Amino acid sequence: MPARRRWRRSLWIAFLLTPGVLTMIVFVVWPMLSAFLYAFRSFQGLHAVGFIGFENFRKVLFEPPFAGWTWRAFGHNVMVFAGLMVVQNGLAYLLAFALLKALPGHRIHRVIVFLPVVLSAIIVGFLWKLFLNPLFGLVNQALLLVGLPPRAWLGDAATALPSIIAVNAWHWLGFATLIFLAGMQRIARETLEAARLDGANDRVLLSRIVWPLVAPSVTIVVVLTFIGSFNWFELPYVMAGSDGSPGGATDVLGLYFYRTAFGGTSAGLQDFGRGSALAVLMFLFLAAVSSLSLRVLRRREIEI
Amino acid sequence: MHGERLKDGAIQALLVVNALVMLYPLLVMAMSAFKTSAEIFTTPFALPESLDLGNAARVWRETNFAVYLGNSALVTAGAVALILLFGTMAAYAIARYRFRGASTLFLFFLAGLMVPLKLAVIPLFIQLDAIGLLDTRLGLVLVYVAMGLPSAVFILTGFLRTLPGELEQSARIDGASEARIMLAVMLPLARPAMAIAGIQNAVPIWNDFFFPLVFITTDRLKTLPQGLTVFMGEYNTDWGVLFAGLTLAALPITLVYVLLSRQFIAGMTQGAIK
Repeated sequence: MPARRRWRRSLWIAFLLTPGVLTMIVFVVWPMLSAFLYAFRSFQGLHAVGFIGFENFRKVLFEPPFAGWTWRAFGHNVMVFAGLMVVQNGLAYLLAFALLKALPGHRIHRVIVFLPVVLSAIIVGFLWKLFLNPLFGLVNQALLLVGLPPRAWLGDAATALPSIIAVNAWHWLGFATLIFLAGMQRIARETLEAARLDGANDRVLLSRIVWPLVAPSVTIVVVLTFIGSFNWFELPYVMAGSDGSPGGATDVLGLYFYRTAFGGTSAGLQDFGRGSALAVLMFLFLAAVSSLSLRVLRRREIEI
Repeated sequence: MHGERLKDGAIQALLVVNALVMLYPLLVMAMSAFKTSAEIFTTPFALPESLDLGNAARVWRETNFAVYLGNSALVTAGAVALILLFGTMAAYAIARYRFRGASTLFLFFLAGLMVPLKLAVIPLFIQLDAIGLLDTRLGLVLVYVAMGLPSAVFILTGFLRTLPGELEQSARIDGASEARIMLAVMLPLARPAMAIAGIQNAVPIWNDFFFPLVFITTDRLKTLPQGLTVFMGEYNTDWGVLFAGLTLAALPITLVYVLLSRQFIAGMTQGAIK
């Protein structure tokens, strides 16, 4: 290739790559690096003023009242993860198995279960907030019809978080279902038929054949649910408010981070330094646990 | 096989119950949009007495709903167009040319898939403020482009690599320029992958709330999910109007989903399945 043509070709390749790479550097690489640096600085409003070592981390993790808020929110995130694993993903697994049979109408059922997934969490949150209204909400009206006592679902500290978790399960059920279904559909029909001929009933089939073979999709759903649970923000923000009412019973790390970084300016609580420390801790925690669970869950896949 | 039929019946029953649980709340939302508040409180489960569009008209006329809707459309269209443009360019270079650093660049974009950009919102806020793009739709668009590029590059590179080299070679022998080969020969073949990448990014951007909440404060620049929070606060006693607002907000994406459900499902589960 003559030198001039080679030069032109290099220029063309550079032209193709530049906009994408530049966008990534300016709006991903640089902000992520800054996020780490900011965690070690003190702030006055928008401006970083000095390096203070691990002071922000110490406050967020060990100094009252910040530490108490951090750990309470963390505990709630763990509950969200556990609740979604059981309710949302458990139901999704059953539904996927029901859809796998490809009975008449299974296509329309796939479309229906996925419908809430495409809606904004803001719409879903407001809709269910109206339904859960203690006086006029659909849920209590239905309970009254069948003779059960109504409850203040979102106003009662005991039921507020479980209610929002249930709404999240309704919103995302279809997503987990269709990932499980895709995993199940990869199991060769012959494998299932052979097991059935050997006298395996549905329960054995589900626990001994399908469950191990869908391990890859289980891995994905677990990790995505984990990341989603610890990034939880929109639904509690809309249904419980940014302070996680009642009395912090629904406060999660996403809300707490938002309040630390952007809310409560009037109360003098807003602090980019502590906010950055929280973001860094959340990032490290998510990265560590996701890669660890990927490794553990992947090992299970290989053993089978 | 009596037992088999019984079991199929149980499965059908499970699916039908689930369909009711999924659809009934949305149906009540749509029905309540036609009701007065009094009607919603007294007969919540019944069909509306009349197909009165008064609530919807009030949402449209008295609030900034149309402005929010326009902003969401503008921001989503702008971001997806730039994601596809920049993403296709980069993916094409990585997939179709051999040059030093190609695989490193691919990994660079892939690493972006692992980064939760929400956690960098403080530096993004400071940065947008410094370049004068805070509280602008353009600033929002650029952040979404950065968020969406990794997945677009991932999908498109994977697809472009599978295209046969013969077409490209014969066009080159015919004397076509590299740009012409890309635009006229190769990219028309990549349309399905571009559709997947587009939908995968369009839905979360259309629905996003967090970045507008932090970046946008001017009311006439707000997106639809963000505008809904304003609207729900203002009309919190008028339930008919609230349900009408929610229904109107859900309508555009629901209609597109019903028309393109297969592409939506493929696009949104793509990253998780492969």
